[in-house]
Amino acid sequence: MFRHLDRVLGALLAALYLCAPATRAQTILTIATVNNGDMVVMQRLSAEFERQHPDIKLDWVVLEENILRQKTTTDAATHGGQYDVVTIGPLEAPIWGRRGWLLPLEGRLAPAYEVDDLLKPIRDAASDRGHLYALPFYAESSLTYYRKDLFAAAGLHMPAQPTYQDIARFAKALHNPAKGTYGVCLRGKPGWGENMAFVSTVVNTFGGRWFDEGWSPQLDSPEWHNAISTYVDLLQKYGPPGSSSNGFNESLTLFENGRCGMWIDATVAAGTLSDSKQSLVANTVGFAPAPTAVTPRGAQWLWFWGLGVPSATRHPEAAAAFVQWATSKEYIRLVADRYGWPAVPPGTRHSTYEQPQYLVSAPFAGLVYRSILAADPLSPTLKPVPYTGIQCIVLPAFPTIGNQVGQLIAAVLVGNMTLDDGLHKAQAATQRVVQRMGVER
Amino acid sequence: MTPILRKLLLTVLGWIVALVIAFPVIWMVLTSFKSETEAISRVPHLFAHLSLTNYVAVQERAKYLHFAWNSVIVSFGSTLLALLLAIPAAYAMAFLPTPRTRGTLLWMLSTKMMPSVGVLVPVYLLFRDAGLLDTRVGLVLVDALGILPVVVWMLYTFFKEVPREVLEAGRMDGAGPLREVYNLLLPLSMPGIVSTSLLAVILTWNEAFWSLTLTTSKAAPLTAFIASFSSPEGLFYAKLSAASTMAIAPILVLGWAGQRQLVRGLTFGAVK
Amino acid sequence: MTTAQANTAEALGLQQRSSSPRARLLTLPAVVLLLLWSVLPLIVTLWFSFRRYNLMNPGHTGFDGLGNYRYLFSDPGLGMAVWNTVLLLGSVLVITIGVGTLIALLLDQEFYGRGFARVLMLAPFFVMPTVSALLWKNMMMHPDNGFLAFLMRSVGLKPIDWFAVAPLTSIIIIVSWEWLPFAVLTLLTAIQSLDAERKEAARMDGAGPIAMFRYIIWPHLGRAVAATTMIETIFILGIFAEIYVTSSGGPGFASTNLSFLIYRYVLMEYDIGGAAVAGLLAIVLANVLAFFLLRSFARNLDT
Repeated sequence: MFRHLDRVLGALLAALYLCAPATRAQTILTIATVNNGDMVVMQRLSAEFERQHPDIKLDWVVLEENILRQKTTTDAATHGGQYDVVTIGPLEAPIWGRRGWLLPLEGRLAPAYEVDDLLKPIRDAASDRGHLYALPFYAESSLTYYRKDLFAAAGLHMPAQPTYQDIARFAKALHNPAKGTYGVCLRGKPGWGENMAFVSTVVNTFGGRWFDEGWSPQLDSPEWHNAISTYVDLLQKYGPPGSSSNGFNESLTLFENGRCGMWIDATVAAGTLSDSKQSLVANTVGFAPAPTAVTPRGAQWLWFWGLGVPSATRHPEAAAAFVQWATSKEYIRLVADRYGWPAVPPGTRHSTYEQPQYLVSAPFAGLVYRSILAADPLSPTLKPVPYTGIQCIVLPAFPTIGNQVGQLIAAVLVGNMTLDDGLHKAQAATQRVVQRMGVER
Repeated sequence: MTPILRKLLLTVLGWIVALVIAFPVIWMVLTSFKSETEAISRVPHLFAHLSLTNYVAVQERAKYLHFAWNSVIVSFGSTLLALLLAIPAAYAMAFLPTPRTRGTLLWMLSTKMMPSVGVLVPVYLLFRDAGLLDTRVGLVLVDALGILPVVVWMLYTFFKEVPREVLEAGRMDGAGPLREVYNLLLPLSMPGIVSTSLLAVILTWNEAFWSLTLTTSKAAPLTAFIASFSSPEGLFYAKLSAASTMAIAPILVLGWAGQRQLVRGLTFGAVK
Repeated sequence: MTTAQANTAEALGLQQRSSSPRARLLTLPAVVLLLLWSVLPLIVTLWFSFRRYNLMNPGHTGFDGLGNYRYLFSDPGLGMAVWNTVLLLGSVLVITIGVGTLIALLLDQEFYGRGFARVLMLAPFFVMPTVSALLWKNMMMHPDNGFLAFLMRSVGLKPIDWFAVAPLTSIIIIVSWEWLPFAVLTLLTAIQSLDAERKEAARMDGAGPIAMFRYIIWPHLGRAVAATTMIETIFILGIFAEIYVTSSGGPGFASTNLSFLIYRYVLMEYDIGGAAVAGLLAIVLANVLAFFLLRSFARNLDT
């Protein structure tokens, strides 16, 4: 082999030479997005956009949510300029926007885009100080999913607006681990976007809040105590094994394989659960609003995935053209034509919910629409709060707080810690992070 | 116990151990041919309805060959670069030892103990300013430096096994230092070099932190390919298994083909 | 100084005070690059450790004195993280070397299909850490549809909820599985390099298998054990992907090690200042471990 050392070296140099990026006259847009089903559809349909814009070529970076967030945040904060379009949520859009990491989009929209067609809660969540920093690609609230067949067999009836008391009663009746059916599936995997998304809504509806008006943490309040004890009780008594590692994905898999009697989670699951190609319970799944306790306020969450344009992009025009195309009415229609109405990205536009075909083919559509419109990120709790955002507070420190509190709640869930101890530690952790990072947006 | 019975017992035992250790990988490969519903079933189906559907679906979504080619370039490129840097260094340490040699060697190894994530931000800024983000050159450099201490150390142990007299005899025949290394030392320690390279290729192939954080698309290797299939909305065990099988297949084949070399070579100077 | 002179000097037991210029020249590229690669980031890390620096708060930078140090040392998870780091490293070393030795002894025996069995045993080493973590979490250890749960149910036991009940143990199992083949390989190579004659002579003297292992084989494995320890230590100290994918360091801090703690600071909380202090602590810990582990093996590593 080493008699050919020179040749090996030559090959190495050639290989390194090949690494040099090729330059072309075409504009290449690098788009960072999550690997969710709706985005995979977008990637597939983007050939249509390239056909309409022959001078623009799209380069896709599709990653799992957490890795994507890490990469785009690092890049935005260091002005790395690696991406021309980023997929972001209600936490990033206003915060990054205020820091000048994103281009404001309201001035770049074509009249045909009809920005007023976007649902107001979503537009609010994507804006900061009157500037719109992301165009919503799809949006979601939360719902109660339940198995109509199991309910009928047990002689139960799901009310139009269930309470957490109802849920506990139903879960008890449905729980049958010997047969591999568990009363209720809920998120337990620690993380601000995992268990805390759900837990925050429980806290809200029990009348609790993260902070009082003076930014003093409220995690050792009776409201938190009631909320967390209800949540832990439900999962410990009637949940599936391994709840503390179940996030959205794991729960979805469990529910669509018929393992859960009920499941309270994102509305975006409704489409998947109703699709008989992916779900064993497509014909038996029922939908109800997210449960309430003391107050309906903040009982259901609000989330969206939107497309933003980093200010470090070298192609702002092309990027703005793409984000508009992917969030337009025209795109929604394109998805409907190719994959049918139930597959369209939900929750962003009034016009979607004015389509009779959509309302007929997606029985959950009306409920999703009402849930999103009822969610008010500007006034999320019963008692007044100094922050906005229902299950994710728009605060740079929130991911840190959410992750740490999420871990403690998971520890309570698996029984490593008592409820009082866990909440006490969570209060201290929140206090500590707020002291360090401040409460400025 | 008769020799035959003993051998039979050992055969049974050996195979049970081997199958238990390899089982998760075998199971993953099997799962990659199942449907999603079978993949998550509580009672495993061993060979029910095997099909290539998942592979087709994976290939449809991501350009596997693009990622795989980047992995090949980066792992082989960084291994070659590490060898180029390490051979002279290991030669000097083995044949021209100084009081500082051992300290240098231990220091080199200790650089590997610094957690890479701790220096992400400075490295990211450096790469940004040098225009190395999302380039294979940048990744080759980082991975070569990451593997360099191990390569230097392994080569050092192999070089030490080469009897000095052989090299000196070569020098008497008028070979210059370069010739000496090229014609005598390298051929003599070839098994060691090959196993070192194999190990380096395997370790860089599996390196996931820098390859995920410093690349976006043009230079993204198979670790990024996996990250685009892990935990989407819905778990898709079967598709994830297919993607994972595709990601490990090349290195698995290489490793198995080279396992004799690996076994012969990982002596760390134990053969005296 | 020529090599011949150096050799003579060494043969006479003369230690040179200064390194030979040629030796320096040859090691220079590797040393300089590694210096750049390790010392520069170290200096930057030191600098960051005294500064207020969070990626999400670009407006709030500046000198912070010992603020980052106070913050990190008041982190309720820190003590556990240090302990977990040591526990993870120690357990994986003991398991891989212990079980690895047994397997290597087995593979040293003649049996049918030995070559292929050896090939099978190597498989885990070629699997990327993220893939093995996903594989174990979803398909092996999942308490409902994992294969282990199926096995336990089939013998009438209640499946274990691995990552809730024994998170660190689960991580140790995964990491040990990944590194077992490497240990087997080095140990097997060492065993096979042992003279057949010495083994035969010992057997003639009536040594049973245990005495044989104790007095003939084990002493011969010193160098292989040292090499395995060295390489595994380097890689296992830095492990975070397996933790991130499976348990996210929890529940609580039950499976957080120092690497994952730093990962959390940098990539989940974007707290570069705090991470810098944690990074420095990791370097100190690595050096302490290196001192105890590597120095005690150092005589096996050269000669």
